[in-house]
Order: sequence, then C-alpha cells, then structure tokens
Amino acid sequence: MSLRSEPLATRLRAHALRMTFASRASHIGSCLSMADILAVLYAGILRLDPATPDWPERDRLVVSKGHAAAILYAALAERGFLPIGELAEYGTNGSRLSGHVTRTVPGVEVSTGSLGHGLPIATGMALAAQRAGAAWRSFCILSDGELDEGSNWEAVQLAQHLGLDNLIAIVDYNKMQSFGTVAAISDLHPLADKFRAFNWGVHELDGHDHAALHAALTAPPPRPGRPTVLVAHTVKGKGVSFMENQLLWHYRNPDAAQLAAALAEIGAT
Amino acid sequence: MRTETIDALTAYARAHPDVMLLTADLGYSVLERFAEALPAQYCNVGVCEQAMTGVAAGLALSGHRVITYSIANFPTLRCLEQVRNDICYHNLPVTILAVGGGLAYGSQGYTHHGVEDLGIMAMLPNMAVASPADPTEAETLLPQLLERRRPAYLRLGRAGEQRLHPPGTPVPLGPALRLRTGHDIALLATGPILGRALAAADALAATGLSASVYSFPTILPLDTATIREAARTHPAILTLEEHSTQGGFGSRVAEALLLAGLAPRFAKYGITEALLGRIGTQDWLLDQLGSVEDHARALL
Repeated sequence: MSLRSEPLATRLRAHALRMTFASRASHIGSCLSMADILAVLYAGILRLDPATPDWPERDRLVVSKGHAAAILYAALAERGFLPIGELAEYGTNGSRLSGHVTRTVPGVEVSTGSLGHGLPIATGMALAAQRAGAAWRSFCILSDGELDEGSNWEAVQLAQHLGLDNLIAIVDYNKMQSFGTVAAISDLHPLADKFRAFNWGVHELDGHDHAALHAALTAPPPRPGRPTVLVAHTVKGKGVSFMENQLLWHYRNPDAAQLAAALAEIGAT
Repeated sequence: MRTETIDALTAYARAHPDVMLLTADLGYSVLERFAEALPAQYCNVGVCEQAMTGVAAGLALSGHRVITYSIANFPTLRCLEQVRNDICYHNLPVTILAVGGGLAYGSQGYTHHGVEDLGIMAMLPNMAVASPADPTEAETLLPQLLERRRPAYLRLGRAGEQRLHPPGTPVPLGPALRLRTGHDIALLATGPILGRALAAADALAATGLSASVYSFPTILPLDTATIREAARTHPAILTLEEHSTQGGFGSRVAEALLLAGLAPRFAKYGITEALLGRIGTQDWLLDQLGSVEDHARALL
C-alpha cells in the first residue's frame, strides 16, 4: 500500500499548493497536515466506485474539517471522480469547487465548513449500516480545533452507546487552531485518554506514517463492539519547511516563488 | 393531537420500513407505542439535539426518511445550524416533529414557550412548515410531509385538542381551508388558536358582524391565492397565531398582501413581548392578549 499511497500524497500536496496559489485561497496548512491520511484512505482503504459515486455499498468518508476542501477535491480527482484539469477552477466564480467541502462535487458525501457537524452525520451513517446489517464503514476526519465543539462529544458518547464498531474517526492532530496552538487556546491533552474514557478503541500514531495509518485502518476494532479513533499526530503544513507549524499558513496563500520552492521541497514534478 | 399524530406515524412507518423515528429523550408515554411496534425503526439518542439532527442527516443520506422528535425549541433552535446545513442545504427527507408549540407548556416558563419556531423554520431553504390546528389536520398532514421526501417542520400543540374539522376532512399540504363564510372580516388562523377564531366568529355574529374563518395548516408554502381572495372579499383581515407577531404567520400574510398590491385593514393577533417571562396555563396566557373579537372589532 505504501508503494501507492506515498506518491499519491505527493501529488495531493502539489495539487493543493497549486490550487491555493491560483485561487489565492486559505487553509493550505490544514490541507498539508492531512495529505497522508487522505492518500492512505483513497489509495486503497475506502471501497469506492468512481463510476458509481452513489454505490450503496461504498464506504463513507465525511471530512468534517471542511476548510481543507482543496486537498479533498484533489484526492477525488486523483481517484477518478472528477477531471484533474477541473482542479484549476477551485474557488473561481461559478465553480462547483467551493472553498469549503461541498456535496455537489462527485464523491463528496457531505457538505461541511461549520465545525462540529461531521461526526454526528458519520454516526448516523454508521447507524444506517448497522441497522441494515451492511458491511460498509463510516469514516470521519476531524481537526483538533473543532473538538472544542460540543456536538462532537455528543456523537462520541452516542456512537459508543450504540455499539457502532463500523465508525472510524480520524483526528488530524496538528496542534494548531485558528488563533494559535491548541495547547494555548483550549488544550485537548490527554486526547487519546478522553476517547478511551468514552469507551472508544484508540490508535495513537504518526499521521504521516503510511504503514502505521494503513495498519490501523485495516485492523479489527481495538475495542470490540465500539467505535475506533485514530489520534493522528500531524504537523500543520507538513512537507513544506517554511509552512510547517506556522499559523500564518492557515491564512496565507503562496506567491509564485513560494509555490516553486514548496513544490521543489515536496519533490513534485 | 400528539397521540393521533404518533398513531398516524406508526401506521405509516409500518408500511414504509425506511422511516426512522429519533427522539432526544422526550415523548414519555407518547412514543412507546411506536417504539414497541417498530423497534428497528426507533432510536432514543439521548439528550443531544445537535447530534440527533446530524444523525438524522447521516441516516437520510443512507436511504432513510427520518423524524426527529422533541419539544418545540429543542429540535429546532438548539440545533438550528444542523437543521440549516445538514438537513436543509442537503435537501434531505427529515421531518422535525415538535410538540408543545406556542404556549402549550405555558406554566413551564419561557424556555418551553415555542414562539419563534415557525418564523425561523420558514426562513430555511427546501423547507415545508406545517402548523396544524387539530388532530385531523395533524394526522393528515404527516404522511404528506413524509411523501414529499424533503425537509419539513411539523409543529404540534399538546394532547387533547378538540377536532375542529369532521374526521376524514381532506387536508392537503399547502391550501388553506375555509370553515366559516362571512363578509365583514376574515380571520386567518394557523394552529390550535383556530378554536379561538371560531369562537370569536360566533361572538361577532351575536352582535351582527359576520366573519369568515380560514385555517392555514401549512404556512410554507403559503396559500397566497386564498390570502388575496380573502382581501378582495373582506374589508379587514386579522391573522391569528400562537407565535411571535414578529416574523411569523401574520408577517408572511402582510407581505403577501403588500406584494399583491392589496391593503385591507389589517392586524396581527399573536404573542408579544408583553408575555415574556409570564407563566400560566395556555388559555390564561392567551387571554392576556385580549379577546380575538375585541381585536376584530377594533379593525371594523
């Protein structure tokens, strides 16, 4: 799997950088921190059929951190849900590729952008699969900052009570949120223990380690009969040294020289 | 009307296994009949309206039609953004079923007074908003809202409302129903306050004034044709709602009149800030607004 997902992650980073440059958009740091998570998911974990985006037996992915739209669209394009050439329209007048994740894009399950909405929806999807006796799984990628939203913890509580072992949350734990570090604003530590206390099975891992991500996403639920969370330690802006751990790159878009430097750093061709 | 509506829902869901009922832990002694008959189609999610609404969206995106159930403000205002983004923006077949609309829980205080819900829900895209006056309207509208397979809000009163229509009266989604025909004033009511409109028509008749009485079980879409017709055939219109007069049914009627270039004498009977913080029975609180017939006479 790592043979395919590693180069995919590089392509996703390159797309996101180019899209953010061209549309003068924000949130490149948030995109780069989840590039490896998305690459592993789309390289082979998610059971999907790009020719039939609404295939009933498909796995569901809800990207709750809807501001990281660019890299999700890039992953969907790489997976064949939309033309790669369309990525150039990201954020432009009349484009369907809006700055926050929108369901009008083929392959997108849920429109997001207001934080704290995704996990309850993914919980509902998992409940539907459970009641139907279906084999598909429900995945949800969350930011760390959005765990400040109480609605997430309503779903964390409910999902374990309902025994939704087909629900997998992935926290992109890059330690930064809108105004600064998570530690300074509303510290989540010890995050894994919070989920354990809610009876969730927990994988705590490096969110840029493809082998570790793949192993966690293919393992049986660590807590049988309960949902699973990947507390994925990541670096905001991962892969571009001058963007890493820099709050500014939550907001700033690269200029031409910065784009060239960033593409060179990640090894994009 | 609560019991009759749940009976109608149970019958409908029995024939349509895609229908699921979620409650945020309210409905004690009301929902048990559904839960016992159709356990696979029922889930009490606990006291979490935001998660309930998101879960409803997730179920709806996976092929279900979903009812979310709670007391007036809880499944609407508490989770307004989930209703807006997750349900309405996605145009999902989720019907919010709220009990205790208006002042039904009058003595419980303002937290339980559902007096802004209709106006707020009627602002949302893809919505239908129904505010039935009696069990006949409620039990008839519910299956129609489910058949529509889009977002909906069904606002109920409590238990024990009298039937104002003969059982079996057709109540299609959308049109208003005329219950009385007069010529001096038209009383346009939505919800159980229709009973007060009918009583006021009787009181006005005793003093030689004839009133038409219309019920508007649906306020979105609004039957503007009937509103225009009422304005053309009566010199005065009084709207009645157990809801804030700011941005509710009466405001929507006023807007429809203005847009049609019609200017009858016009007033709105409904909840004002004079009732803010006051408690009492539903009837006592409404009495504090003054009688409907007095409001009508003031227009004539």
